[in-house]
Amino acid sequence: MTAESGLGRSIDAKKGCDATMTDSTYEPRIVAFLCNWCTYTGADLAGTSRLQYPASVRIIRMMCSGAVDPVYVIKALTEGADGVLIGGCHPGDCHYQDGNYKARRRTAMLKEVLASAGFNSDRVWLRWISASEGKLFANTIAEMTDALRLLGPTPMRQAWSV
Amino acid sequence: MSAEDPVRGMQPMHAPRALAPEAVPGAGRVNPTLGSVLVVGGGIGGMQASIDLAEAGFAVHLVERLPAIGGTMAQLDKTFPTNDCAMCIMSPKLVEVGRHLNIHILTNAELEGIEGEAGDFRVTLRQHPRYVKLDACTGCGDCAAACPVHRPDAFNQNLSERRAIFKLYPQAIPNAFAIHKQGTAPCRDACPIHQRAQGYVALIRESRFADAYRTILEDNPFPSVCGRVCNHRCEDACSRGQADAPVNIMALKRFVSDWVWDQQVAGAWDAAAFDSRNPSPAASGHRVAIVGAGPAGLTCALDLVRLGHAVAVFEALPVAGGMMRVGVPEYRMPYERLEQEVEQILREGVELHLNHRVDDAPGLLRQGYDAVFVAVGAHQGVKLPIPGADLPGVTMATEFLRRVSLRNLASDDGPGAAAGEPDPSLHVREKRVLVLGGGNVAIDAAMSARRLGAAWVGMACLESREQMPAHDWEVRDAEEEGIEVFASRTFSAITQANGHVSGVDCAQVNFRGFVEGRPDFDILPHTEEHIATDVVIFAIGQRPDLECLKGRAETVRGRFPVVDGDTLATTLPGVFAGGDAVTGTTFVVDAIAAGHKAAGSIDCFLRGEPAKRTNGRLPIAEQDPVEVARMLADGTRSSAPRAEPTRRLASERRSDFGEVYAALSEAQAMAEAARCLECGVCSECLQCVYACRAGAIDHLQTEQELHLEVGSVLLAPGVEPVSGTIRPEYGFGRYANVITSLQFERMLSASGPFAGVVQRPSDGAHPRKVAWIQCVGSRDTSCGQGYCSSVCCMYATKEAVIAREHDPNIEPTIFYIDLRAFGKGFDEYIERAEQEQGVRYVRSMVSSVREIPGTGNLRLSYAGFRADGKPLPQEEEFDLVVLSTGLKPTEAACSLARRLGVRLNEFGFAESPAFEPGETSRPGVYVAGAFSEPKDIPETVIEASCAAARVSALLAEARGTLTQERTYPAEREVAEEAPRVGVFVCHCGINIGGVVDVPAVVEYATGLAGVAYAERNIYTCSQDTQQKITATILEHRLNRVVVASCTPRTHEPLFQDTLRQAGLNPHLFEMANIREQDAWVHRGSPDVATRKAKELVAMAVSKARTLRPIQCGSVAVVPRALVIGGGVAGMTAALAIAAQGFPVDLVEREAELGGNLRHIHVGVAGSDPQHLLRQTIARVRGEPRIGVMTGAEVLEVAGYVGNYRTTVRRSDGERVELSHGATVVATGGRERRPEAYGYGELPSVVTQREFEGLLQTPIDGAAGASPRSVVMIQCVGSRDESQPYCSRVCCSEALKNALALKQREPQAQVTLLYRDLRSYGFRERLYRQARLAGVRFLQFEPGEPPVVTRREIEPGRSAEQLRVRVLAQPGKEPVEILADLVVLSAGIEAEPGNASLSRLLKVPLTKDGFFLEAHVKLRPVDFAAEGIYLCGLAHSPRSIDETLAQAHAASIKVVALLAKKELAATPIIASVNPRLCSACGLCVEVCPFGARRLEPGDAYAQVVEVLCQGCGACVAACPNKASQQKGFEFGQVREMLEAALWEPA
Repeated sequence: MTAESGLGRSIDAKKGCDATMTDSTYEPRIVAFLCNWCTYTGADLAGTSRLQYPASVRIIRMMCSGAVDPVYVIKALTEGADGVLIGGCHPGDCHYQDGNYKARRRTAMLKEVLASAGFNSDRVWLRWISASEGKLFANTIAEMTDALRLLGPTPMRQAWSV
Repeated sequence: MSAEDPVRGMQPMHAPRALAPEAVPGAGRVNPTLGSVLVVGGGIGGMQASIDLAEAGFAVHLVERLPAIGGTMAQLDKTFPTNDCAMCIMSPKLVEVGRHLNIHILTNAELEGIEGEAGDFRVTLRQHPRYVKLDACTGCGDCAAACPVHRPDAFNQNLSERRAIFKLYPQAIPNAFAIHKQGTAPCRDACPIHQRAQGYVALIRESRFADAYRTILEDNPFPSVCGRVCNHRCEDACSRGQADAPVNIMALKRFVSDWVWDQQVAGAWDAAAFDSRNPSPAASGHRVAIVGAGPAGLTCALDLVRLGHAVAVFEALPVAGGMMRVGVPEYRMPYERLEQEVEQILREGVELHLNHRVDDAPGLLRQGYDAVFVAVGAHQGVKLPIPGADLPGVTMATEFLRRVSLRNLASDDGPGAAAGEPDPSLHVREKRVLVLGGGNVAIDAAMSARRLGAAWVGMACLESREQMPAHDWEVRDAEEEGIEVFASRTFSAITQANGHVSGVDCAQVNFRGFVEGRPDFDILPHTEEHIATDVVIFAIGQRPDLECLKGRAETVRGRFPVVDGDTLATTLPGVFAGGDAVTGTTFVVDAIAAGHKAAGSIDCFLRGEPAKRTNGRLPIAEQDPVEVARMLADGTRSSAPRAEPTRRLASERRSDFGEVYAALSEAQAMAEAARCLECGVCSECLQCVYACRAGAIDHLQTEQELHLEVGSVLLAPGVEPVSGTIRPEYGFGRYANVITSLQFERMLSASGPFAGVVQRPSDGAHPRKVAWIQCVGSRDTSCGQGYCSSVCCMYATKEAVIAREHDPNIEPTIFYIDLRAFGKGFDEYIERAEQEQGVRYVRSMVSSVREIPGTGNLRLSYAGFRADGKPLPQEEEFDLVVLSTGLKPTEAACSLARRLGVRLNEFGFAESPAFEPGETSRPGVYVAGAFSEPKDIPETVIEASCAAARVSALLAEARGTLTQERTYPAEREVAEEAPRVGVFVCHCGINIGGVVDVPAVVEYATGLAGVAYAERNIYTCSQDTQQKITATILEHRLNRVVVASCTPRTHEPLFQDTLRQAGLNPHLFEMANIREQDAWVHRGSPDVATRKAKELVAMAVSKARTLRPIQCGSVAVVPRALVIGGGVAGMTAALAIAAQGFPVDLVEREAELGGNLRHIHVGVAGSDPQHLLRQTIARVRGEPRIGVMTGAEVLEVAGYVGNYRTTVRRSDGERVELSHGATVVATGGRERRPEAYGYGELPSVVTQREFEGLLQTPIDGAAGASPRSVVMIQCVGSRDESQPYCSRVCCSEALKNALALKQREPQAQVTLLYRDLRSYGFRERLYRQARLAGVRFLQFEPGEPPVVTRREIEPGRSAEQLRVRVLAQPGKEPVEILADLVVLSAGIEAEPGNASLSRLLKVPLTKDGFFLEAHVKLRPVDFAAEGIYLCGLAHSPRSIDETLAQAHAASIKVVALLAKKELAATPIIASVNPRLCSACGLCVEVCPFGARRLEPGDAYAQVVEVLCQGCGACVAACPNKASQQKGFEFGQVREMLEAALWEPA
């Protein structure tokens, strides 16, 4: 079912596919770490504007995208999140000067680590969404949900849940 | 001042603090200084000033005309030169202002006037009604969704629509809606019952017919009657009538009543649900008897029942409805409709007794009724006292019509059979019938007779055809039906044959009207005639039958009872009378009005309250005919003709009682409704009231006058863009695709009308070629705008850049005169725009814009040049044209300034004296922002702080006397307790509850680990719920609280405050955002939303279980400041701090004070810089609070905000350590030494500064003779590769010096060679003066600089001469000038010493070596490091006035800090676990605020709590988890993650 290498494949090989997880019923689960000042506010604006998007995301508010410890992302993935979104202010707009740049460096590093561990790093997204971009937030969740649907359920979930 | 929660907005009224002499310092003086300030204008300037003042210890009243603060900045998309999102950077400020305990926001308010003097003003404010209670509104928006009135959205520059009830913008503070009322619509005003016609018309247009019905019923229980037989004074008053024909309001009302009827007939109407909208009131215990079940009686009965009184209605006839039933023929009004409406009234609890004649109305008072309303109508006909009037065959219209209407009810025993009278049809069938009278009743009688089979029907009346009281269309209908009309007749006798009527003798008259109730006419001679008839029906008047009053109430000549006009009380206490019984025959609507009035006064009577007299209403909303014509022409309103209902053919209708007029169809009705002009804006349809579950709407609010006592007034009313129509040749308003820059700004905004998509208004197409035209309403004396608006060049560039970011296909072109990119980082921005972002700049003024028919494209004409430099007119086609409109003061601001006695300059801006930025001509009144001169956001913020500093100095002695602090009970220790979480789930009216199954969420929450209590509330944020939560926390000993409602960004502080009220640490709180991030975004899937809500609650509870109390650390503040730099910036800052009451050390490296100001001699407009210098130095030397050290240098800086220790080496070499809480960096800058044009080699080449010095001496030129020719060269060492920025002041300096020379040596030839003449703001005046004085201006391109060479000395001249060659633009014309003197405008460069100081202070520099502020837009005098501020040339090149403003601005930042005895740290700061820390120092590296410290030898890294801003960067960087962020601890995030991803097995 998953085409991922390394960890995912070995788990698949051992446990096989979960028959209940067909593509039609599979709803990706996304954990989003959003910065308080831009993306979380943008997510609020999506609500104020009554924009509709998939209910796949669970938002955890952080003060800054620069405070998102890579361990949080790994923890989310091992707990069974199909995808993790980190949302921050646009470059130059950080409330704390440069936290978003830190997030960018950390995410780049993290994705390499994940990839080298055989994990599909496309499950981790970093996006700049400002407080006035409610539509961009809604679109991002929709896009990410679609993308994760194509990727299929996270191998981690199958591994631990069976 | 108010205990109201600031997040939800303040109460509009605050009890102004009474002047208690013993409470304020200076008690006993005549004019004590008050510690409060009125700030006018809630834009970014007013907000900044308010924050500064409140932080500095003053109570602030912030007055804003609009319903929300935010000003122009809230409308902007991005800001230059950083492209920051305006709303992103502003909204924290909005929230701060909204929440600040000592800032009281007064929206919808205007300052009327002030009395008193500086320090002690009494101000009068006018508070316009908002019609929404600020303390109740939750900002949910249900009201706007229900509102049927659409208006152009001014916030979106009319590119979209909003409703009459609206929130200014999504992030608005206060977060509350407001209603826009223009006044009472004329239709409503003209109606006796003030029927909300505009309201139901608007609802019909929206096809909301049931809602329209409900709105009608608010005022009128008989819509089907009034939809048919009203004389619709509404239509007579309708503004649309001025344009073509009034809206057919009556037909629309009938349409709605018919629609409801059809629903009922079809069984689609849920009467019970509709009725239940009127909740049963509490019973009052009073009983009221009403005599007569006509419109007055039944209306009164219904009103009284709704007020809780028991009502019995007694009716003599066998049917209810009075004249509506027995006076109006069925062909006009089907009785079943009336019966249905009566039924509706009875369902609400009115008791009706038919066939019950009351003989003694006052006697009812003795039978247990507490009041009686006599509404018996006027059912007695009147006959003329002429011979034959009593013959058989003579009857009266009232009797006749009653018998006709009751004919189908006639039975033997009912009195309805009219006591054995014959069937009226027998009476007239096959007979000749003549009706005497010309009114509506006469017509009704005539037409009824016609339908009953009369052989011939005639009408005769005194009035002429034109004078007849019946409507013209009624007479016309009658004639169509073959009824013969004999107008202008008087009757002398009814003739008889065989004891029966045979005819009427009459004669023609010239009737002139009634005089004292008697007809006035002459009989025309020889016009006698005889009209043969079998039946005569008198229809000449009706009277009430007042038998039931038993003669005990006073009457008018025995005909009508005497009543009080306001209360309808008769002379008998407890007995009221109204309707036709009092007024004689009138219209149904008048009787309904009487019923309402009687009910109101009877209710007052029963409650023992004085009767309510007429309440104040809004003025009538007038429509400007020109505006109406425009709306009809441009399609804003439907231009369709009035819809008329169809009539049955006369031949068809005259033989039966079927209804004559048909109803409008649905489509017709909606089209007709669309003709309404919506005069009142708000139609008062009350749909918002029905929709609002919080009960926040109050349509009865009225304007209030408020009085406050304040020490000072600060004006920051802002400016507005000039209209795009100021240059008609550009076609704004005529061509759809010519828009203003602010419209384009809204277009770019992601939350704007097009969600950030750049599109053409004409067709929505994506434009490719977009042109900006600069200086529209700027630098243009022809339209009175003789100044530069300062911001347009930059905003146009920004808009062009951002537009291309949105759509890379856009090709922007900016047409300009001079590119004025004079601010910090501006020139680079322009450079990037041109080089990298494809923005094309054309230096040319556009002469005209024409639309190309068919395409909507625009052809621009402008002057261009051929390759050889010859002029060539150009034309170019664009898809979209943006006018860069300039800025001007609002009329409101100007008139306010005039009222206050604040002097305005020739352009209408508030004038500050030279070198006194922020001051006005009136002491104690200060000005900030663009109202003193057009300026950008940072300069506005600087000036706001500057004005605040001046206020703070004025009121220094009253600092802290009127501010408030909240007090809370002691915090309960909960650390040792097991978690007891309370969960409060909010319905938010239907916002959450309409989607999420809230009870299910509560039930789910109850089962979560650690949850001790869970409940739900309609509005968790309401005041009463807060009290309930406090009680619940105490009762259930809760030690953690979760609220599942909206976003924590706006509401967390409110709930945290509630926790504190209950004795809990505010950080034992967590929110689950189930509105913005759940219910609102999953509206279509309630199940999914409910599941998500449960999970969000589970996440919040999981985190809450692990929450720990957070104690905010604090540190004592050393109340002393250090200013580094003794130039005019540093001296002014030091003086300002001292004036505000704090001691200062002023350290200057050089031996004397004064800095650059020592070299500036020439002032503008009579100002004297040297006087300023002398005065400032003298004041510094004379100020005991200032310690001056000259020749001193800063060596070391230690400590942190509030507690700095700075080591200074004095001139004598001794080291001293200064303790201070705050630091101001004012180290200045310097004139750059030119390296070109022969400077240093040729003695006649000097800098501007040197030239200024020369101007002070008797001029001999550099070498003895007075210069005859002077050439000034601009941008020497500015805007080049080595120094890429603009030095901002050189153009104005050159103009100033050129003018000074011209004044002294009028014959001297002055030539100014420039690239862009940057005389921004009012400096444009200098430019104009220089041109008028004959200064020559030649523009050159950067790649072709002038060349200066030495010229051989002329015979007879001792001085050397210089030859200047330049390729002058436009056209690259080679020009050669001989000059005695060449003056170089050398730029300003940063002090080289900045580098070392920046290292000492740990604050950053720009790449140009100036200090870098914390935020370019909103924190222009702050460093990111707390406690260090900057001003003057250390920040960037700037003028003296700008430097002074910045120095004052820095001073209030210092004072706000020093005024606090201790500084509290942010709660959510980092902490360190020493056991885990390996002292690697990564945290120190990543901290942008210097809050992490690791000194050599430390075992673990520290957190300097006051410096930590709580970003969490160090936490994420810490490899050992030794660093944690309070409130965002590792374990807490883990708990949330596990809850988010937990799956039930």
